[in-house]
Amino acid sequence: MQTVEVLIEVNNLKKYFRVGRNAFVKAVDDVSFNICKGETLGLVGESGCGKTTCGKTILGLYSTTDGEVIFDGVNIHALRPNEKTEFTKRAQIIFQDPYSSLNPRMTVGDIIGEGMDIHHLYKGKEREEKVFELLNTVGLNKEHVNRFPHEFSGGQRQRIGIARALAIEPDFIVCDEPISALDVSIQAQIVNLLMELQRSKDLTYLFIAHNLSMIKYISDRVGVMYLGNLVELTTSAELYDNPLHPYTRALLSAIPIPDPQEERRKQRITLHGEIPSSINPPPGCRFASRCQFAKEICTRAMPPLVEVDKEHFVACHLARQF
Amino acid sequence: MKNSKLLEIKNLHVSFTTYAGIVRAVRGVDLYLEEGETLAIVGESGCGKTVTVKSIMGLLPEEQAVISGEGAQINFHEHNLLAFDEDRMSAIRGMHISMIFQDPMTSLNPTMKIGDQIAESLIVHKGASGRLARQEALKMLRLVNIPNAEERIDQYPFQFSGGMRQRAMIAIALACDPEILIADEPTTALDVTIQAQIMELIKSLQRERNTGVILVTHDLGLVASMADRINVMYAGQIVERGTTDEIFYDPKHPYTFALLRSVPKLSDHKQEALYSLVGTPPDLIKPPVGCPFAPRCRFAMRICRDRPAEATHFGPSHSSYCWLHHPKANTSDVPETLLKEVV
Repeated sequence: MQTVEVLIEVNNLKKYFRVGRNAFVKAVDDVSFNICKGETLGLVGESGCGKTTCGKTILGLYSTTDGEVIFDGVNIHALRPNEKTEFTKRAQIIFQDPYSSLNPRMTVGDIIGEGMDIHHLYKGKEREEKVFELLNTVGLNKEHVNRFPHEFSGGQRQRIGIARALAIEPDFIVCDEPISALDVSIQAQIVNLLMELQRSKDLTYLFIAHNLSMIKYISDRVGVMYLGNLVELTTSAELYDNPLHPYTRALLSAIPIPDPQEERRKQRITLHGEIPSSINPPPGCRFASRCQFAKEICTRAMPPLVEVDKEHFVACHLARQF
Repeated sequence: MKNSKLLEIKNLHVSFTTYAGIVRAVRGVDLYLEEGETLAIVGESGCGKTVTVKSIMGLLPEEQAVISGEGAQINFHEHNLLAFDEDRMSAIRGMHISMIFQDPMTSLNPTMKIGDQIAESLIVHKGASGRLARQEALKMLRLVNIPNAEERIDQYPFQFSGGMRQRAMIAIALACDPEILIADEPTTALDVTIQAQIMELIKSLQRERNTGVILVTHDLGLVASMADRINVMYAGQIVERGTTDEIFYDPKHPYTFALLRSVPKLSDHKQEALYSLVGTPPDLIKPPVGCPFAPRCRFAMRICRDRPAEATHFGPSHSSYCWLHHPKANTSDVPETLLKEVV
């Protein structure tokens, strides 16, 4: 394999939210991973597992409780204001909800052009042409430039969100569930667009979603999160062929497959119990309360994320023993 | 057919009056449900699937919704539900036909204890005493696998997690042992591992009680594991109907075909572009004259835009509304799967 350049290094990232005198939501608890240049890293997990918090902390939208995020050699949480502007020019985000993430009082042209104004990239005629070009890239027309967000459908709004993220030509985009609010046939349009843009503009994505089949399709590597912890991290093919963490296995088997014969054959692993609260979680493996293999050690000590195979990391005391 | 038809809808039209004009949400839907089977209604948002099932329950807002259509009928046990007044409808609702809604947070009463909400329908419909209804409610909570039911029965919805709320709603819906259960996107608000639990629960309760289930969803994966028959809806009309296997392995309508191809398969390691449809569904204030899918269909012919397609039957249970199956259609570049076995 050729040497790949690491763009983002996340080291022991922690993000706690205080919710009471002595109560903390440990949204992200000691998560470490790398994102290489030009790759798509997928992050999956159920609601409340901390995947969105993780994405927003990496962009500096949240401060860290502990740990660091190194973007191209610099810790983004220790930047001076002018350096911060420099960083925000290189990293952007596409939000989940295309209805609430666009300012209803701004025209499409202003929404897309705002980033260019902030970073003093283009002015006047050039700015206008750039906006037209972006609209064209994401499959909208230049007639749309003076319209307001409410005049568009969900899929079109998500395209506006993508155009806004692309406007300042970033290197890195966090896609925070960009398709989960959209209909099936529109999802395919947006995913195809994102993948094509990645190829043509050499972008790096952190792709956050709870839909494992879409994540597997779009990502090079996938990280599985459960209650603030990264429990498994490997290439997307390996994750599907050879999942090692019991949670990953349950997650994979819970996904209904659009194939009736396969559905009838499949032995589904049904998890029992609810997802525990992430407020002051108990010591040990977070998944232990729902895990059918849990042993005494699992409730005592938190398993570290270890590389059990080449490029295959898993956090489980009993990996490979069942 | 060996089973009896529990419910039959004929030529249902539903329109809504809005400030922008009259929205023709449902335009001529026919469907039926048999005892103990699961019928899935599949389609994207705004295609009229929720409106269809809400009209069965008589839950559409009377001020705006107009149910019309020549000879429109919703037949349940020889009775036309459309002719029922509110009192007679109330006797059906919850007793014979129940519904589970998409969002368990907004469809439970936040100021009532869970146990009272389950007991309510037993008291209203079966005339049960308060004590008996409470015992029954406790039994229902256990049936839907709520842990510590004795304690949970006196709690409020906010004390329940999303999955538990949805299970409580199933308990309410099934309390009177209805013949038909309508599940409108029952797991869209839930996580996949919880979704698997809920669907498993609905399936086992259905087997036990021989309930007919109408499942409304846009999730094709869910349909594959749950449904016996599928009706695919687009822009207020049913475009294809068939058994689950017929729809998945032998789709005949280009929309069904596109819908199936636009979701990635988990077992596929290839990174080809997904089959994607251009454009968006039509505006139902001015519904198209011809086939509603024609503007997005890559095989559309002139006739598709001018005249609504007639049904082509491929077997006793499988039919599709598409001009491509007409013997005179030019089908030179249409995929094989869409065409073979035309009768």
